[in-house]
Amino acid sequence: MEKILEVKDLKVSFHVYGGEVQAVRGVSFDLFKGETLAIVGESGSGKSVLNQTIMKLIPMPPGKITGGQILFHGEDIVHKSDKEMEKIRGKDISMIFQDPMTSLNPTMKVGHQIMEVLHKHQNMKSSQAKERAIELLRLVGIPMPEKRVNQYPHEFSGGMRQRAMIAIALAANPSLLIADEPTTALDVTIQAQILELMKDLQKKMDTSIIFITHDLGVVANVADRVAVMYAGQIVEIGTVDEIFYDPRHPYTWGLLASMPSLDSDHKAELAAIPGTPPDLTNPPKGDAFAPRNQYALAIDFEQEPPMFQVSETHFAKTWLLHPDAPKVEPPEAVKLKMRKLSSTFEKPILVKEGK
Amino acid sequence: MVKYISKRLLYMVLSLFLIITATFFLMRIAPGNPFTSEKKLPPEIEASLNAHYGLNKPWYAQYGDYLVRIAQWDFGPSFKYESRTVNDLINDGFPVSLALGAEAILFAVAIGILLGVIAALRHNKWQDYTAMIIAVFGISVPSFIMATFLQYIFAIKLGLLPVARWDNFSNTILPALALGATPMAFIARLTRSSMLEVLSNDYIKTAKAKGLSRGAMIMKHTIRNALMPVVSYMGPLSAGIITGSFVIEKIFGIPGLGSHFVLSISNRDYTVIMGVTVFYSILLLVSILLVDIAYGLIDPRIKLAGGKKGE
Repeated sequence: MEKILEVKDLKVSFHVYGGEVQAVRGVSFDLFKGETLAIVGESGSGKSVLNQTIMKLIPMPPGKITGGQILFHGEDIVHKSDKEMEKIRGKDISMIFQDPMTSLNPTMKVGHQIMEVLHKHQNMKSSQAKERAIELLRLVGIPMPEKRVNQYPHEFSGGMRQRAMIAIALAANPSLLIADEPTTALDVTIQAQILELMKDLQKKMDTSIIFITHDLGVVANVADRVAVMYAGQIVEIGTVDEIFYDPRHPYTWGLLASMPSLDSDHKAELAAIPGTPPDLTNPPKGDAFAPRNQYALAIDFEQEPPMFQVSETHFAKTWLLHPDAPKVEPPEAVKLKMRKLSSTFEKPILVKEGK
Repeated sequence: MVKYISKRLLYMVLSLFLIITATFFLMRIAPGNPFTSEKKLPPEIEASLNAHYGLNKPWYAQYGDYLVRIAQWDFGPSFKYESRTVNDLINDGFPVSLALGAEAILFAVAIGILLGVIAALRHNKWQDYTAMIIAVFGISVPSFIMATFLQYIFAIKLGLLPVARWDNFSNTILPALALGATPMAFIARLTRSSMLEVLSNDYIKTAKAKGLSRGAMIMKHTIRNALMPVVSYMGPLSAGIITGSFVIEKIFGIPGLGSHFVLSISNRDYTVIMGVTVFYSILLLVSILLVDIAYGLIDPRIKLAGGKKGE
């Protein structure tokens, strides 16, 4: 399969009054053509910063890429200038934001906001661009697009605005679409429609999608692979099945256990991960998750765990996978769903470079 | 739209009526009359003067007469300037004040918005600080000091421009600068803060994510949305500026309308007070109406044609 994007040991920090916030601390992953990678994690885990860095949308300064590479179609974009990035943004990589109510310009017709992309990246004339804009609105399922194209965002409902955002994002046929919590601000029925639409369009256009969310239900619905982020690092990455049915990292266990399920005992209290994420101005020594981790080993407080490979596609960053580590049982809610997956290696392999 | 404007015009007539009434009675309550300031007049002459100007009639008759005359756009004769009517004063003074005021507004808006935009785009850099220092000067230095300062530098020291008088375009530059400095500074500050607010909006990030250049993003997505506060400030500002400024007109020897606002009060020149007040009120009401119409043009979310609530 063709690799669209390769992120290698990416580090991003922000200079603020109190010091340097290390928002992304050495993230590596690959993205293949046509696949959907979900990035999950709680607020402040660095998932949005990571993805805005891929488009170089973070304000610099105060933001700064302090290390690593972002290879897009094999080309490193870390050192590209703003002028060079303009040719990539909206054309090869585009983005959908969380809140459709505020991400469209209220004083510009929706059609014009779509046409801007076509003017910029496809050199279309106005009449041609307008026709294409109508076509795109129809494609994203907006009824009466000939009329809608001349309307302003306030005449659209929330779900329709998000559809219009998707039309803008897909206008130039990007090879990578980054969706930053695109359904968080929508109600559940609209959420389902938007997810269906995205899956449908992905099939038609063969776009790769990075889907940022904290909703594991959404992940199960859309993703091919899942990366779990904590404190600016990917702590576990694998296929959807591997993450849901054979999770290895205690943080992933915590996330899965805190997901309400239809077949769980309705009297049981919903589990939560105690504590709060660490302050990334001074990341803790060792494993950043250790203070909140009931399975933490002594070494977790001393030394950062390396990445262990569990299967061809499954990696986890925890000392629990070390041959000398004591055997621990995941929480009951997770254990109930655990399955033996055929692709799993007999023993976890220590890998130097995280993938 | 037509319905909206005619409705607004109706309200304007109503407000104008209230303003006329209030001014009329406040003026009469103030002690003295147009003839008290000069040397004591013999009672017979004063009585005949009063009769000539209709001041001997009961107040309701005077009030009624005045309303009728105003409806015919006749502000009556001046009490102080013999053989001149208030209409003459306005017809002579207003074109001068309008020309000067328009120049000052043009200067204030152009430079003010430019400074504000630069300051916002270079937020917390030296360009921002420079623009804001200029703005603080503009706001805190009174116009008469600015005027004399400009005269000293450009007319006396450098000899580039005439000191005073009102003959050709070169005469208008210094007074326009002096008159426009404070509004310019105000507009710069308004534009800056409103630009900063707009720049922090999500749709700016969307525009950037589309690959728009910085210039296109600012022109198409930022400035228009940032101009609302400036537009609202423009209403009262333009009415005030195009009716002239007493101070600037005195300093530069300009035959404008502004001096009548002040002198007519000390002269108890009833008809001039009434005339300029009514004239100013009309300009103010019209400019506010224009601002409201401009709102609707700039921001499509504001509906003028009496849109239903919640739309």
